[in-house]
Amino acid sequence: MSWGYLSGILILTGINLMTVLGLSLLTGFTGLFSFGHAGFMAIGAYTAAMITLKLKILPESMFQVQFYLALLAGGLVAMIFSLIIGKLTLNLKGDYFCIATLGFGEAIRLILDNVQLFGGARGLSSIPTQGTTTLTNVVIINVIAIIVLVFIIKSRHGRNMVAIREEELAAQTIGIDVFKYKLISFAISAFFAGIAGGLMAHYFGYIQPIMFKMVKSTELTIIVIFGGLGSVSGSVIGTILLTFLPELLRSFANWRLVLYGAAVIIIMITRPQGLMGGKEFSIKKIIRAFAKRPKEEVKS
Amino acid sequence: MSYFLQQLINGLSLGSVYALMSVGYSLVYSIMNFSNFAHGGVIMIGAYIGYFCLTLLKVPFFIAFILSALGSGILAVTMEKIVYRPLRKRNAPFLYFIISAMGASIFLENIVIASPIGPTFRSYPTVFSTAPIMLGNIALGRIDLLMFIISAISLAGLMFIIEKTKIGLSIRATSYSIKGSTLMGVNVDKVIFIIFMLGGLLAGLAGMLFGMKYVVYPQIGNITTKSFIAAVFGGLGSLPGAIIGSILLGLIETMTSGYLSSQYRDLIAFALLIGVLIFKPSGLMGKTTEDKA
Repeated sequence: MSWGYLSGILILTGINLMTVLGLSLLTGFTGLFSFGHAGFMAIGAYTAAMITLKLKILPESMFQVQFYLALLAGGLVAMIFSLIIGKLTLNLKGDYFCIATLGFGEAIRLILDNVQLFGGARGLSSIPTQGTTTLTNVVIINVIAIIVLVFIIKSRHGRNMVAIREEELAAQTIGIDVFKYKLISFAISAFFAGIAGGLMAHYFGYIQPIMFKMVKSTELTIIVIFGGLGSVSGSVIGTILLTFLPELLRSFANWRLVLYGAAVIIIMITRPQGLMGGKEFSIKKIIRAFAKRPKEEVKS
Repeated sequence: MSYFLQQLINGLSLGSVYALMSVGYSLVYSIMNFSNFAHGGVIMIGAYIGYFCLTLLKVPFFIAFILSALGSGILAVTMEKIVYRPLRKRNAPFLYFIISAMGASIFLENIVIASPIGPTFRSYPTVFSTAPIMLGNIALGRIDLLMFIISAISLAGLMFIIEKTKIGLSIRATSYSIKGSTLMGVNVDKVIFIIFMLGGLLAGLAGMLFGMKYVVYPQIGNITTKSFIAAVFGGLGSLPGAIIGSILLGLIETMTSGYLSSQYRDLIAFALLIGVLIFKPSGLMGKTTEDKA
């Protein structure tokens, strides 16, 4: 396995992780499910790509800055869309919100498919890849994202979101503005997805609407559930495993997706809480677990 | 005028096949409250069974129809038993059902691609002459006509079972309240077995009809996105709603491609979905969307 190949997979892992982190907040901590995050990735990807391709306001030497601004713009545009969509659909219950996001995700893809300004079905190509989505950049952005996410979750706002996940009605009675927190959670997750989209565009060098099909959204939600709802470290581990496994199984070619489908069903049936099951990974706990073991043996 | 009538007929025949599929969604939703996204896989398998019955086994045409319906029905029931029953026994939240359904759909689609059948497009042998029946200026495609007739007969059969038989009564009772109907002695497992069987039978027919009209390929199940939109449009969980929604969607789609451009067909369908969800999430005749606290 050459370094180029490995770093390629690591970058892909980082891009997936970015969206998964946002979805983890939405699904794992707020209890909402979205099947439309590929649509937000698409918005982010197209916005960022248009900025680096068409807008030449900054001198060539400041291309790095322009790239970062493009990513940020991608995230923000995705966020604005999510605020509009959320405002309209977040008061729908469970299943229907899910369907609404699915509809929006597909609609965004179909609009991109038909707008010639964005290249139609052929998409945009020759997006600069040099010095943009490098492994270093991806790692830095992901670390920032994880820190931000942990701060949100540990804050009062994060606890309010968990309260909504646990029991919406009870949360409302103790005075939590359920709609507001759902909207915040949805917007943050869309922002993350938008940035991930921008990274993706500058990694592949081209984007096409077909890259953002519903299957992509499903895949991301599956990763969140596989890692464990309500666990950031679970999402990280889940993303790494589920991005690497298909690559390692590449020699099985067609059978790997069969295995993937079967694995999803088996996880849902046998371990629905996911890998981490709402717990966080911490070195302290592991040390404690090992330290405890001899004591327990004495007892028995 | 004749152009309009032509589009109307095409729309009706497309809508009637959508209806065959969307009632499958609605039946499952009415009782289990989740959208069975694996339905597309069942339709795809139905299309392949029909294809191989006609090409390899060379059975007569109508027997191929029956075999593909039965095959799909058995597949749907087996899937329920393996995938959904364990979740149901555990009272898992609806999301686990949806994810499992997605897993099942990935599984079915790719097992066909990985098997010797492969990802190639296959076209059905011609059973009928492709020459249309002319009614004045209007050309009636024989396959379109067949689609409409078979759909109408099987949907009428379904409505008869639901409305007039004892099994139908227990299905309707269960859709109101699982707990209540269990107390009244309804065997919920059996009811769910029956709805998956009915949904699967119709999915097999729909799969074969679509295969005949277009071609067969592993992703043919994606067409169910449309029937799913139709089910939402008509109101999830309501059978008459699903049928009316499908016919309307079929008409809207053919009118769009007839008068505007076929490029906007899918876009209009999704715009319709979003519009319905924003302004009337319960659809044309659906159950209320309020959660019971």
